[in-house]
Amino acid sequence: MSYWPLLGILLVVLGFALRMNPMLVVTGSAIVTGLLGGMDFVKVISTFGKAFNDNRIIAIVWIVLPVIGLLERYGLQQQAAAVIRRMKNATTGRLLILYLLYRQATAAIGLQSTAGQAQTVRPLVAPMALAAAEKEHGELDEATSERVKAMSAATDNVGLFFGEDIFIAIGSIVLIQQILATHGYSLEPLHLALWAIPSAICAFFIHSARLLWFDRKLRRRP
Amino acid sequence: MITMTWLYAFAGAMFAAFALLSLTDRANPKRFGNGAFWGLMAVSLLAGDWIGSFGNGLLVLGLAGIAGFKLIGRSHPPTTSDEERVRWAQRLGNRLFLPALIIPVTALVGTLVYNYTPAGGLGWIEPKRETYLFLALGVIIALATLFVWLKPPAIAPLQEGRRLTDAIGWAIVLPQMLAALGVLFAAAGVGDIIGTLTRSIIPEGNVFLTVVVFGVGMVAFTMIMGNAFAAFPVMAAAIGVPLLIQAYHGDPAVIGAVGMLAGFCGTLMTPMAANFNLVPAALLELKDQYGVVKAQVATALPLFVLNLLIIYFAAFR
Repeated sequence: MSYWPLLGILLVVLGFALRMNPMLVVTGSAIVTGLLGGMDFVKVISTFGKAFNDNRIIAIVWIVLPVIGLLERYGLQQQAAAVIRRMKNATTGRLLILYLLYRQATAAIGLQSTAGQAQTVRPLVAPMALAAAEKEHGELDEATSERVKAMSAATDNVGLFFGEDIFIAIGSIVLIQQILATHGYSLEPLHLALWAIPSAICAFFIHSARLLWFDRKLRRRP
Repeated sequence: MITMTWLYAFAGAMFAAFALLSLTDRANPKRFGNGAFWGLMAVSLLAGDWIGSFGNGLLVLGLAGIAGFKLIGRSHPPTTSDEERVRWAQRLGNRLFLPALIIPVTALVGTLVYNYTPAGGLGWIEPKRETYLFLALGVIIALATLFVWLKPPAIAPLQEGRRLTDAIGWAIVLPQMLAALGVLFAAAGVGDIIGTLTRSIIPEGNVFLTVVVFGVGMVAFTMIMGNAFAAFPVMAAAIGVPLLIQAYHGDPAVIGAVGMLAGFCGTLMTPMAANFNLVPAALLELKDQYGVVKAQVATALPLFVLNLLIIYFAAFR
């Protein structure tokens, strides 16, 4: 077996580590990997192009942007922040724990595409988390507001990843079932989905603990 | 039957409009770059099935070149100022949330009705794609509601949409590029190489260490590919099935389900999972493009350890 195609991986790791433009890094690595894997140049470009075309479904979610932008024009982010400022006990951590629970619960019943970074985090969750932090601690410095925003995005991801596998018709459950079936083990999707529950509970408690800790750190900030 | 082609055309038309508005935006010094970039995106969505694989490949090279050589820049389409927004928010109050909820609620109700009432039996939507269709329907209903209620300028949704796409920039296309890179990795045999390498470091007869290598392999390969879906078949074939299930008689359901979730811990820690980790950084206009990854590592690592323990204790009862 030839180990040369691993050079493509090395290129990606180096490129990301050196913070080169990811679009160039990915394209360069794709071409190098394909050539080292024994394809000619036209075959490499065609394989890359076909795969890009086959994955256009990823681009569909952007159709929400005109609506989000229009709502921002009329002050949606400001209103989200105003609501939080009126709540007595809202803190960044508690708010994000609530969102984590909501995201895990909706993803677990198959509604993972109804919330997300573009649909909910940018217009609602991040402005609310920032407002909660500002309400308690006054004006935030840039590093702190970056951390609050990053935590909002992280909470969405954790909720999604460790909620969606409880739903039986999700892609990853289907994939696990198919792969194990090719090896001669036929399993019910429900049986697999049940075994996603312990990890989901662990994810909720670990991330929630971090969010409460995050509140503490915000309070101790000079 | 309504297929994904309809939705690609819808999204493609939107990007085509962004391209035209970019080209005519004289305030943006990089307007031709922006116009070309969103124009190529529109071509991909509108005509991707007709320009052939090589044509698509050249299109991707074009996108990468425009983005990589910094030929696109942020524009500043007409919108409201922060003060105006505060005034609008005070005037409209919580009613502003209603149109925001139209999209998720339409997607939710539409999906449930389609799947759990006889309406779905008619088969008028491409199978398993109904949520996307109802997402698009939600977008249209939300836009119509906003036009009736607030009467914005007719061009406003496109200008506001362009404001956001330009703020996100090339990160909009990166997830698709990475998915394509994964296909090339697979075609070049990277999966087989990783599988052979991990198998070669397994200690004989030690169940716990085998579980650890299986989990670490899932995480490492997921971080490389940006996707646990690519890692699972490789690690299942290399270690999961022959060693954990066949040799040590572990429960296949636990090994499959929790093994995949161990891989998801890797997804939280890699910039290769661009749509989850880099796109939000751009969407929230973070200075540090790795800010989201950094915020996730401290959740991912302990969670990974717990997943290993779940496999070890639940699969080998």
